[in-house]
Amino acid sequence: MNYEVNEQGFYGDFGGAFIPEMLYHNVNELKENYLQIMESKDFQEEFKDLLKEYVGRPTPLYFAKRLSEKYNTNIFLKREDLNHTGAHKINNTIGQILLAKRMNKKRIIAETGAGQHGVATATVCALMNLECIVYMGEIDIKRQAPNVARMKMLGAEVRPATSGSKTLKDATNEAIRDWIANPVDTYYLIGSVVGPHPYPDMVARFQSIISKEMKSQLQEKTGRDYPDKIIACVGGGSNAAGAFYHYLDNEKVELIAVEADGLGIETDKTAATTQIGTEGIIHGSKTLLMQNSEGQIKEPHSISAGLDYPGVGPLHAHLFKSGRGTFIGSTDKEALTAAYQLTKLEGIIPALESAHALAALDKIEFKPTENVVINLSGRGDKDMETYIKMMDNE
Amino acid sequence: MSRIKKLFKSKKNILNIYVTAGFPNLNDTIEIVQELANSGVDIIEIGMPFSDPLADGPTIQNSSQVAIKNGITLELIFKQIEEIRKTVSIPIVMMGYYNQVLQYGATPFFEKAKAVGVDGFIIPDLPLEIYQENYQTILQNLDLDMIFLITPQTTDERIRLIDSESSGFLYVVSSYAITGSKSDIQQNQLDYFERINKLALKNPTLIGFGISNKKTFDTACKNASGAIIGSAFIKALENSQNIKTTVNEFITDIKN
Ligand SMILES: Cc1ncc(COP(=O)(O)O)c(C=O)c1O
Repeated sequence: MNYEVNEQGFYGDFGGAFIPEMLYHNVNELKENYLQIMESKDFQEEFKDLLKEYVGRPTPLYFAKRLSEKYNTNIFLKREDLNHTGAHKINNTIGQILLAKRMNKKRIIAETGAGQHGVATATVCALMNLECIVYMGEIDIKRQAPNVARMKMLGAEVRPATSGSKTLKDATNEAIRDWIANPVDTYYLIGSVVGPHPYPDMVARFQSIISKEMKSQLQEKTGRDYPDKIIACVGGGSNAAGAFYHYLDNEKVELIAVEADGLGIETDKTAATTQIGTEGIIHGSKTLLMQNSEGQIKEPHSISAGLDYPGVGPLHAHLFKSGRGTFIGSTDKEALTAAYQLTKLEGIIPALESAHALAALDKIEFKPTENVVINLSGRGDKDMETYIKMMDNE
Repeated sequence: MSRIKKLFKSKKNILNIYVTAGFPNLNDTIEIVQELANSGVDIIEIGMPFSDPLADGPTIQNSSQVAIKNGITLELIFKQIEEIRKTVSIPIVMMGYYNQVLQYGATPFFEKAKAVGVDGFIIPDLPLEIYQENYQTILQNLDLDMIFLITPQTTDERIRLIDSESSGFLYVVSSYAITGSKSDIQQNQLDYFERINKLALKNPTLIGFGISNKKTFDTACKNASGAIIGSAFIKALENSQNIKTTVNEFITDIKN
């Protein structure tokens, strides 16, 4: 089985670029240029330097002793939460802003759910002195207020998406509309492995630094450069894609993707795309998505704004369909419990998104000899309001 | 020869009006289309409401949301078109998004559309290459037209390719815009229309996006075979007390 994207932008049956003609020129321009720019020496040098000096990479691969004792196995946390701005999202925004600059774009637009990608975009725009507009669902603006304030302080304009479910899907629609209306000077900086080709491949490449570092860190700590299992949460799927990337062809590594079950997949308040979704097209990509028989896209639900998306990136749809990935879900409640548990056992407050990956520990059987990596995609600062509110229920 | 091809052979200054199926009320579409045909409109574009209409602006998006809430489905749209066809003989084009067609089943969708009297389709997010590979033969066999968009950024080479692979007419997107934006036609747009006309294409062209009144319609007619009006008409329907009056006043304003 092949897990690389092909010439037409497909992973197996999924991917492609299903875009209106108004976007053809822009997407094509990106497709023609991204690999060449990314692989150029001067790009690589600047990218690596910024990741090291500005983002703070490499992030630690931390052996979580008390968590390991609890589950009677060896659990390592890949500490993406320690990145500048608090999540893995900045790996991608650093990469894309350098690309945008080399393509002479002057105005940056982005969508955001949890606000982590918005903050990471606003941050690199401040760094590069570029205009920044972030689209964010009206509901997410309310539930992730600290990140909205951060974006504004960083000089970005936050524009509310007021249509549909008023969350990430709609923010993405608005960003795409903006791009259609401003095709010449504007660069659309997508935050996950979603959207038309080449975005899923490009974002996965930028995030692949996660598994690249894991390889040498595991070699050093365990004497082997691969783990038995990798667990990562999936919204659009970028942190998971980065954590899986260098192990896609190593069948000895079980790749476990954790989606947000919301209130449960038997309710319609869920974001568990692979569990209840079907094949279709969302945001220019053929993939699995939550929709009704008419092809109307359903409004997802998750307590975590970053997982509140009715699709998954085409790579994940391919991993699901081919069986290469194991897909499980965590409910809102399970994620909260896992967040409180990690905080008490390890003194780390995780993002609600990452807490979904942690909650999967209760659903998987581990051997005492196994090495397990959990991708801790972000920190919980932005979720403190929710954590405080729910603390009494614990 | 398809109804659309016949129309362009016999007439100039084509007025194509877009209506969102199921808006403002579920079954209004039948009366709206009948009135449009009576008042001298040349082509009807029936929008298939979609939850995430990427190429459309707020007006059409809102009307789509209302229509979905009203309970519109593809099956119902086909029934309404069947009803419309009892009295209306001008060309009817369906406009919607590829995911809707995929979920219905593409071949059954095209066959059903043909059976109820549809003449062509505008599916903005259906890539030309996917169309060529999967649907071109089916549509040609059914004598249905697939209409593609071109924009100010589309290169001459690509316009020629799109022209040679499509039929009916070319949908000339007037500017860098989603539907429903901008109000006047600028010099750079005129240059772009001229560039298209110089290519001496096989298909006639209709200009759409931002055509909203007599002035913009007339400019479009000078530079193409006619124009498509969408958002401006949907706005008129939003405030309508009486469909017949609204349609007549709107079309009279454009044509006279
Ligand atoms: C901390 C964190 N983890 C995960 C996600 C989900 O995105 P993805 O699936 O692309 O990693 C987000 C999105 O905002 C996030 O902020």
